[in-house]
Amino acid sequence: MPRALSRGVVVLLAALLALFIIGPLLWLAMRAFAASWTYPDLLPDAWTFRWWSVVFSDRALGVAVQNSLFFAPITVLVSAVICLPAAYAFARFEFPGRRFFLIGVFAANSFPKMGLFVSLAALFYALNLMNTILGILVVHVLGTVVFMTWIPAAAFAAVPRSLEEAARDAGASKLRTFFSVTLPMALPGILVAAIMSFLSSFDEAQGTYLVGAPDYMTMPTQMYSLVLNYPTQVAAVFSILLAIPSVALLLAAHKHIVGGHLAEGFQIK
Amino acid sequence: MTTSDSGGLEIEGLHKVLGGRSIIHSLDMTVRPGELVSLLGPSGCGKTTTLRMIAGFLTPDAGSIKVGGREVVHLGPEHRPSAMVFQNYALWPHMTVAKNVAFPLKLRKRPKAEIAERVDAALELVNLLHHKDSRPARISGGEQQRTALARALVQEPELLLLDEPLSNLDAKLRVKVREDIREIQQRLGITTVIVTHDQEEAMSVSDRIAVMNNGRIEQFSTPADLYGTPATEFVATFIGSLNRLEGAIKDGRVVPGPGVVGIRPEDVVFGTETHPRGLAATVERVVPRGHFAELHLRREDAVLRAYVTGVPPAVGASGCARIEKWLEFEDGQLVGQGTAE
Repeated sequence: MPRALSRGVVVLLAALLALFIIGPLLWLAMRAFAASWTYPDLLPDAWTFRWWSVVFSDRALGVAVQNSLFFAPITVLVSAVICLPAAYAFARFEFPGRRFFLIGVFAANSFPKMGLFVSLAALFYALNLMNTILGILVVHVLGTVVFMTWIPAAAFAAVPRSLEEAARDAGASKLRTFFSVTLPMALPGILVAAIMSFLSSFDEAQGTYLVGAPDYMTMPTQMYSLVLNYPTQVAAVFSILLAIPSVALLLAAHKHIVGGHLAEGFQIK
Repeated sequence: MTTSDSGGLEIEGLHKVLGGRSIIHSLDMTVRPGELVSLLGPSGCGKTTTLRMIAGFLTPDAGSIKVGGREVVHLGPEHRPSAMVFQNYALWPHMTVAKNVAFPLKLRKRPKAEIAERVDAALELVNLLHHKDSRPARISGGEQQRTALARALVQEPELLLLDEPLSNLDAKLRVKVREDIREIQQRLGITTVIVTHDQEEAMSVSDRIAVMNNGRIEQFSTPADLYGTPATEFVATFIGSLNRLEGAIKDGRVVPGPGVVGIRPEDVVFGTETHPRGLAATVERVVPRGHFAELHLRREDAVLRAYVTGVPPAVGASGCARIEKWLEFEDGQLVGQGTAE
């Protein structure tokens, strides 16, 4: 195939891919400022900020934003406290059932979510966790276990033992060695895991709706009622707001994410 | 950097079983204060295991390890008065060269000014002051090696341990670094144990060498003694080159016998004139080795390798080859040695 033609095909495919990704976002952005936009018009008939003021003046929406910004960081924190020690153990110790538990961490992600949440709800009723902050946290943390275990486990495993031994030899206790050598070296991997967990918590809708609604609405669960109760423009505004933290986080961390840390997470044996 | 009042090392009855296999059997060794000793042997002989037990990364199943007269066998690596240079250097990539060297002193909670001073002195000693603020990944292998050495020396340890310190360097650098290590070791008078599989490396830096095989020390002596009077056939073949012939030696020729005769190639002399103790020989092969050549000589009793300096004879040339010195082994042990009158 001539060079120019093959180049043309590549450019075309790239453009198609870009359109596939950016197209809906563009449509969404336009819709958020559209007074009304109906078929078969190619462009909205007028532009307006009205929908933005609707969103910002709605108290329920403000609360949802607050709730989301409350649950996501706490989820990351709780998940880190629970999962990082497990990740370290998976990476550094041989114990009976290690493989079983490592694979078992995937279990929460290997069933249809809704089925899992329905049985979880039955359990939560028994434990009085329905409509509680704790209940929602449990749901969110469950969704992050895979990221917070597998990726950091690989990051810990990638730290050469001789570097830890050198620290011990230099006079560091086991704890000091962990905090001065192992943890800093595994940090990029842990950061990736934390971002993935943050986003997973931020986007969690089904379980939160089932356990928290109507007392605790987060941004994604609020989306459901928005889509039902308001013109589509309001939903467009809200989804743009919902995307801001994800985009900001990914931009801030893209340097670490392009590295092999994600791939690394699935190479642990 | 001050000269450390180094302690000696005493190892007694060391035993180690790993994975159901006995790695070290009843090992005894004494290193005198200020002495440099090499643990030399083929891979799997237990030399690294021994070093790791001295450093505290492995716990022996039995035996005692004393540094400067103090029992350390129950201590973790962080409490032992030894410092180790790792084979892959094990520098911390997230710290600069200076921070790597400063870390052991920070752990000892030394005052800031003292740390800065001692780090500079250690880096000066290994000639790396100009790379102080570089990350380990930005400097060469030889420089990383010297950083690791500085990190060990800054602790002013009673005992310096080096695990295959030169194996990751290229051949030319190896000679220079080993001379540097020896020079610094002598200047500081620090008791040092080096693990190596390279006999030339061990011979050139050590006061004494412990030749290990199958978890035992075959012989523990000076380089000259190991070469001239090897206690076992293993030591004789492992250190230097050896013509190994089954039989015994009688009137300058090899005759059938129960033992093994070992002759160093430099103790085989080849010439064109006949000699009363010599036998007719033909040159089968000539291997140039730089400032000397290795000849393969066929005599009626054996094929002998010989070293000659100057212009080597041509392949196929005939002459006379005689044996000047030999070693006699039975059941792997040295039972005699002789020199032609």
